Amino acid sequence: MDVVLLSRLQFAAATMFHFLFVPLTLGLSVLIAYMETMYVRTGNKTYLAMTKFWGKIFLINFVLGVVTGITLEFQFGTNWSRYSAYVGDIFGSLLAIEATVAFFLESTLIGVWVFGWNKISKKAHAAVMWLIALAGTFSALWILIANGWMQHPVGFTIVDGRAELQNFSEVVFNKFGILEFFHTVGASYILSAFFIMGISAYHLLKKQHIEFFSRSFRIALVLGLVSSIFVAVQGDIHAVHVAETQPAKLAAMESHWETSTRAPLHLFVIPDEKNERNLVEIGSIPGLLSLLSFHNIDAEVKGLKDFPKDERPPVLLTLLSFRTMVALGTLFPLLTIIGWFLRNKLVENPTYLKVMVCALPLPYIAIELGWILAEVGRQPWIVYGLMKTSEAASPVAGIQVLVSLIGFILLYGFLGIVGFFLMARHAVNGPDTKILS
Amino acid sequence: MFLQSIWFFLWGLLWAIFFITDGFDFGAGSLYPFLAKNEKEKRTILNALGPLWDGNEVWLITAGGVTFAAFPLVYAVMFSSLYTPLMLILFALIIRGVSFEFRSKVDDPNWRTFWDICIFVGSTVPAILFGVVFANIFQGLPFDGDGIFRGSLITLLNPYGLLGGLLFLMLFLVHGSLWLCIKTQGELQIRTIKTLNLLWPMLLTVAVVFLVATQSATSLYDNYFAHPWLFSVVLITILGLAGIKWFMVKAAWFKAWFASALTIAGAVFFGMIGLFPSMLPSSINNAAYGLTAYNASSSPLTLRIMLVVTVIFIPIVIAYQIWTYNLFKDKVNPDELTY
Repeated sequence: MDVVLLSRLQFAAATMFHFLFVPLTLGLSVLIAYMETMYVRTGNKTYLAMTKFWGKIFLINFVLGVVTGITLEFQFGTNWSRYSAYVGDIFGSLLAIEATVAFFLESTLIGVWVFGWNKISKKAHAAVMWLIALAGTFSALWILIANGWMQHPVGFTIVDGRAELQNFSEVVFNKFGILEFFHTVGASYILSAFFIMGISAYHLLKKQHIEFFSRSFRIALVLGLVSSIFVAVQGDIHAVHVAETQPAKLAAMESHWETSTRAPLHLFVIPDEKNERNLVEIGSIPGLLSLLSFHNIDAEVKGLKDFPKDERPPVLLTLLSFRTMVALGTLFPLLTIIGWFLRNKLVENPTYLKVMVCALPLPYIAIELGWILAEVGRQPWIVYGLMKTSEAASPVAGIQVLVSLIGFILLYGFLGIVGFFLMARHAVNGPDTKILS
Repeated sequence: MFLQSIWFFLWGLLWAIFFITDGFDFGAGSLYPFLAKNEKEKRTILNALGPLWDGNEVWLITAGGVTFAAFPLVYAVMFSSLYTPLMLILFALIIRGVSFEFRSKVDDPNWRTFWDICIFVGSTVPAILFGVVFANIFQGLPFDGDGIFRGSLITLLNPYGLLGGLLFLMLFLVHGSLWLCIKTQGELQIRTIKTLNLLWPMLLTVAVVFLVATQSATSLYDNYFAHPWLFSVVLITILGLAGIKWFMVKAAWFKAWFASALTIAGAVFFGMIGLFPSMLPSSINNAAYGLTAYNASSSPLTLRIMLVVTVIFIPIVIAYQIWTYNLFKDKVNPDELTY
């Protein structure tokens, strides 16, 4: 059995499942911290009810993010030991720093927030949620710096057959990682905003708890509007950097075969990887790809044919995940801009509310596709240009990995169903009216 | 050499803190279905662990992360060699973590019984397997010069490995029941004390057998005979063990818990000191393939940077964790349950 393939599937399953929960943690913590602060400042019980209602969903989501995160760190050792030995000097330290400076704070304080309602002052309790949000964000920063290094390795030298750290600040301030951080956190805020707006819209459609959910909706709307516009603009900057640092990924994202200046962008394209060409190209706009990739209509864009066959990422998957992500990323600002104009008459606009209920899962799809693009588009490299994925797996028996992969799928499948069932159940039940009276 | 030795010590310290902190919630989770006789008592135990287990578990991530950062080759060979037991530990920890959160969310006896079982399994399996794993590391693992593991799960389940599993389980059961003595009152506490009175002599027996078996199963004692003053670590561990009983009799639960923490730290350092500078001996050919703090470490630059991070942040972490422990040191109020 192919240990590399099985390990890749297992890591993909574990990461993508983990990432069903992390974005909501990042965004909801900020929104809940805001709600609780408003409660402390105004004494308005609606804000308290909001803190508790969204807080409960947050906690179900949070625990799933935590327990599925532990396995990711350990899998580098269990499944990718060649990789770990080769880059541990750099990559390992980033993970260790993440746990030490960020994850500790988040995990310790979550217990204080849940159990500390009567143990610490109201102000301190609200501050705890701000710290949880801050720690979570720092956690994301370090993880994405680590991933940024895999995407675009900097600040190292090769000594005795492994990558050793040469310049720590180059690694930490790696532009690729920083861009990924802003992209991911921005996307997480979009997801969280749409989560709250979707659930709020559901209740508003049923005309229940109108005051509570209108206010929740509007709070989330502000975050959703700002972050969806931010991500659209930032995504463009990010793509330009990908074009500079990972030309093969860019070429696959656009199914661009021949190196050319004034490269066209095809609105619709079906790649034919075997024959190194496109089967269908519809709506080609000359120079647009050069313009988008390098902000210069005459720029040269490298084509896939310039890379050896075994150094090209899978074109169709890269292309599809990129295009769908971008399409969704364009939809989010539109929906939130419409929402901005309707914000004070939500109940009178059931069509918009229905759309927002249906839109709840869309950021989840966009964010997962973003990860597929980042990771699949980097193939065949595990560290771009430095180490191939095929050289990185552990020398373990395929059967071991197969068994653990099946275990992951069964366990995660089960937990995913139970977790989303609990969140949905709580969301549908609505807020605790005892607090409000 | 000096930097690598410091990191070896820190590596041992982080594992020791992990076992001291998460150890008591492993132990309490294992005893939980047996000690609690009704829903209120069950919830009391869960609320005694609820605020702390998550922060405790991060010590595992940090210990793992530091192994990765400071000793990448050890991390690579150790974790891939121990593939199956580590996967079992991870699955158990996942199930356990969600059980704490999910159990209270639906008020249905079947639902709650299901998660009760998960809490028991999720606490007991890691407790035993961590012991099995560490006893095997003390003995050495059958891996070759390419870092390829030449054994199987059965290799790990040798008598000394199993004895290590039993030792860890007993340590955590005692540690966990002492925490419950601190946090509970009334009948539940009386029942816990009775259990504790049974557990302590069992722990003592297992510990003595383990210390003796270590002589024949491992070469840990070589360092001790070379530097006899090191036996003070063994002595401190035994004093800790005796201290548990001493304070139990006086019903001084906090002090007994600290004695138990000292015992756990002593047990970890007993093994680490015996290993030093070896981190992962090879049972095939240790002289040629064995991994040590010197031949498997990161570059001096990484070790220095990580040392700065650790020296600044670990004391901060310890400070705010002490603050949370202090916040939740009072007995669980049965009328104010969150989980």
